[in-house]
Order: sequence, then C-alpha cells, then structure tokens
Amino acid sequence: MKRKNYAYPYVFWMTIFVVLPLFLVLVYSLTFKNGLKAGITLSNFTRFFEPIYLNVLLRSINLALISTIICLLLGYPIAYIISRTNIKHRNTLILLFLIPMWMNFLLRTYAWMTLLEKNGLINKLLTSLGLSPLNIMYTNGAVVLGMVYNFLPFMVLPIYTVLIKIDKSLIEAANDLGANKFKTFLKVTLPLSLPGVISGITMVFMPSVTTFVISRLLGGGQFTLIGNLIEQQFINVGDWNFGSAISIVMMLIILISMSIMNRFDKDKEGVNLW
Amino acid sequence: MVNKILKRVYTALIYIFLYAPIVILIVFSFNESKSRGSFTGFTLKWYSMLFNDRQIMRSMYYTLLVAVIASCVSTFLGTLAAIGIHNMNKRQKKILLNITYLPVLNPDIVTAISLMVLFIALNLKLGLFTMIISHITFCLPYVVLSVLPKLKQLNPNTYEAALDLGATPSYALRKVIIPEIMPGIISGALLSFTLSVDDFVISFFTTGSGVSNLSITIYSMARRGIKPEINALSTLLFLTVLILLLLINKITNKESKEMSLIEKTK
Repeated sequence: MKRKNYAYPYVFWMTIFVVLPLFLVLVYSLTFKNGLKAGITLSNFTRFFEPIYLNVLLRSINLALISTIICLLLGYPIAYIISRTNIKHRNTLILLFLIPMWMNFLLRTYAWMTLLEKNGLINKLLTSLGLSPLNIMYTNGAVVLGMVYNFLPFMVLPIYTVLIKIDKSLIEAANDLGANKFKTFLKVTLPLSLPGVISGITMVFMPSVTTFVISRLLGGGQFTLIGNLIEQQFINVGDWNFGSAISIVMMLIILISMSIMNRFDKDKEGVNLW
Repeated sequence: MVNKILKRVYTALIYIFLYAPIVILIVFSFNESKSRGSFTGFTLKWYSMLFNDRQIMRSMYYTLLVAVIASCVSTFLGTLAAIGIHNMNKRQKKILLNITYLPVLNPDIVTAISLMVLFIALNLKLGLFTMIISHITFCLPYVVLSVLPKLKQLNPNTYEAALDLGATPSYALRKVIIPEIMPGIISGALLSFTLSVDDFVISFFTTGSGVSNLSITIYSMARRGIKPEINALSTLLFLTVLILLLLINKITNKESKEMSLIEKTK
C-alpha cells in the first residue's frame, strides 16, 4: 500500500497550527520590544523567578497536589468498591459516575457557586441549624473543592479499569497461601493497580495545575494561579513576551512530569486515556 | 456485615457529592424567586426567559455549528492521516506521533494562547473562522489516535486478497479497509464532537467579540453573578445528556461501551 501521501494534509495542518504557533510563543518568550528597541533576552524567564511570580507557581502546584491527594484518597476506595460489585450493578455505577462529566465543565463549577456563596444553600442550612455561616467562597478551600469535584472521575476511571482486569485467581491464590484480606490487598491488588493510580494522578494533577476557570470563579480575584497569570498577561496586561515565557515554563513542567510518570507506567496502561 | 454497611454508606456519600450540585440546580430552575436561598414557589418562567434570551440562543447555535464543522473536518482529515501514518516507515511514524501527542498533552491554555498568537501574527480577525480552525486543531489528534489502533489490528491479507480478486486500490480501500476501521472513525468523531461542545479555554482565547459558544457565555454570566436562566439551561442539558447516554448504553454492547466511556475521560 502506498498511501503515505494521505497524511500530507495532516502534516501540513499540524505544522501550521501546532508547531508554528508553539515556535512563535518560544520566539516571544525570548525577545523583548520596548518602544523602538527590540532584541533577544532571557529577562522574561528571570522575571518569572521573582518571588511574587514564583509564589504563584508554588501555590498552583500546592493546590493541585492537595486536590490530587484528596482525589486519590476518595477515589481509590470507590473504584475498589465498584470493581467488586457484580457486573450488572457495576456498569450502572460507573455510568452514574460518568454522567456529571458530560455536563458542561463550567456549569458544574457554576453549580458550586450556588452552593458556596454567602447566601448560598450551605450557609442557609447552617444558619437554620443555629450555626454561624462559613466563608467558603473565594478561599483556597473552594478552589480545591472545585478541582476535586471536576476531576474526581479522572482518578476513579483509570483505577477502576485496572482493578477489573486483575486476574481473580491471583487473589484466590494469595488467600489459599494463607494471606488475610488486608495482606492480599496490600501485596497483590494494590501493586497490580499501580498503573491505574499513576495515570489517575497524572490525569488529575495536570488539569489542576493549569486551570484558570475554577480559580477565577470559585477563588475570586485574589487567588491567582499560574493559569490566571498567563490569561492576565495576554488579555489584560498585554505583555505577550512575559506571558509566553510563563507558558513555556508551564509546558515544560507538564511535559517533564508526564515523561517521568510514563517511566513508572511500564505497560502504558491508560496513558492514552488522557 | 459492618464492613458492608460502611461500603454502602461511603458509596452513597460519594454519589451524593457528585449529584447534589446538579440536583440543586435543577430544583432551583423551577424556583419562583431569583435568590437561591429558599424555594418560594413553582414556576416555569426561567425556561421561557431562556428561550427568549438571544445571547444564550446565539451561543447555542455557535456551539453546535462549530462542533459539527470541527468534528466533520477533523474526522475526515484525521482518518486520512491515520491511514497515511500507518503506511509510513518507523522514523517518520515516530516524528508524526510525537507531533500528534503534542496538543493532547500540552495544557489547553498553552495551545490556546499559541493559536491566538498565530492568528494575530497572520493578521486574521478573531471570530468564528479562527474558532473553527482551533477546534479542528485540537480534535484532529484524537481522531488519529482512535483510528490508528484499528489499522494496527487490520489483517493486511484481506486488502491484498481484494486486490488479487481484481479490486482497484481505491475500491479496496472503500470496501475493505474503511468498513474495518469504522468503529475507530466513529469513536473519533464522537470524541471530537463532545470535546468541541465542552471546550472553553481554547474558544475563549481564539474567538472575537460577538461570537461566543455556550461555555464562554456561561463564564461571563457566572462572573457577573448568578442568573436563574442558567439553572434552566443546566437542567435541559443534563436531561439531554442523560437520555443520550441511556440510549447509547442500550444500543452498544458491553465491551464497546466500556471503551467509549473510557475514551471520554480526556
């Protein structure tokens, strides 16, 4: 079959709309334009390492890590429970997990605004119980909640997929050889499910680090994450050079952590999910 | 026994967490008063306001228009590309696959600003056209990645057999290869469509004034406070999704269902 040329339109498209734009961003990040003066510089990158911007990066990584850990702690047990129910219920339960994901991402975040805001339902409930209302909206807690809510299925699905593929006879063998339930889980099920855990961690951590919508809607203005910083530079400030430099840094962080995660994940289980 | 109850309670709590916000949106879409603090009476006025809201209706139109064009073009180009890549030598294949993975792995916001920079550098006016191009760009890799595995599973002998029996190469392609890889093409098309409908970040940066999809409209409304029409919209969208998924669930067999559900996880 000589059908190589079928890929040429694709090559053309990807060169113009994927490779060239990234190259342009790289060029912007390495140059400056000040009135009439223009030239090559690394100052956009060194500027990013000023404490004020570095803190934004650290806060983004910090919040994303917290969300990932919460998703793992909440998600693993539920994935395990679902994988152990009988097939008929199992499929329904997984389908139920997926339905909210098909709702528009912004609507899901918006739903939490309704619940969390000052006169929202949670506070109404608290005051009617005689408790003092909480200030959840516009805090780090609200941002983490939004991330966990939106990305929890990304943790549960890969773990679930790996868990249902585990050969039942391995677990029976462990039991026959005298391991109790807890030991079987620790020595057989958990190690075998690690590929799912790793792709789950990747799939929650990556969108959490780069989000700017959740932090904008639930975190208000004062909790800037790295995604918001990029948005600001391009939309409000108009400093494309600095914005490009931040984008390049973020891209490198993501691609490097992806390749590290890939190394752990030997049989590539579920990586292509993301 | 205690263990079993514990499991049930935990499962219930997780599902309550997942569904409570949606249920509350649905309930309050029928609420008479504009505030969401208390339920004052049943009304359908938000639904009629929704259908009379020109901004929401226009963005609905743009969302569907962009999704249909983007998924058709990317399915066509992507399927051709997958066939082409499949027939390349190892080195070319590797380079192209790396380029294919680039937009999939790259953060949305980086893809978005890079496209915006390109469009402005090319002096293109940001609007419907640039948004459609951007959507095709981020959908294409998903089509390629869902068709390629099907091509790998293909038995090369069937194609050769068709040629031996007198089929021209293009006839054999249409009658032998395309039907075999059809499931991959369909899941690529569905994936593109849903990704396009759901997209916010890339559309936000690559569209201009006057043209916004549903996500952008919801975003700008949500920033200005909460509008009960959005509750009504959520209810309608949720019901649509629910009905569609239940139908798909009925039609497809178990194995392919699990596949397509997993693919949706991007």
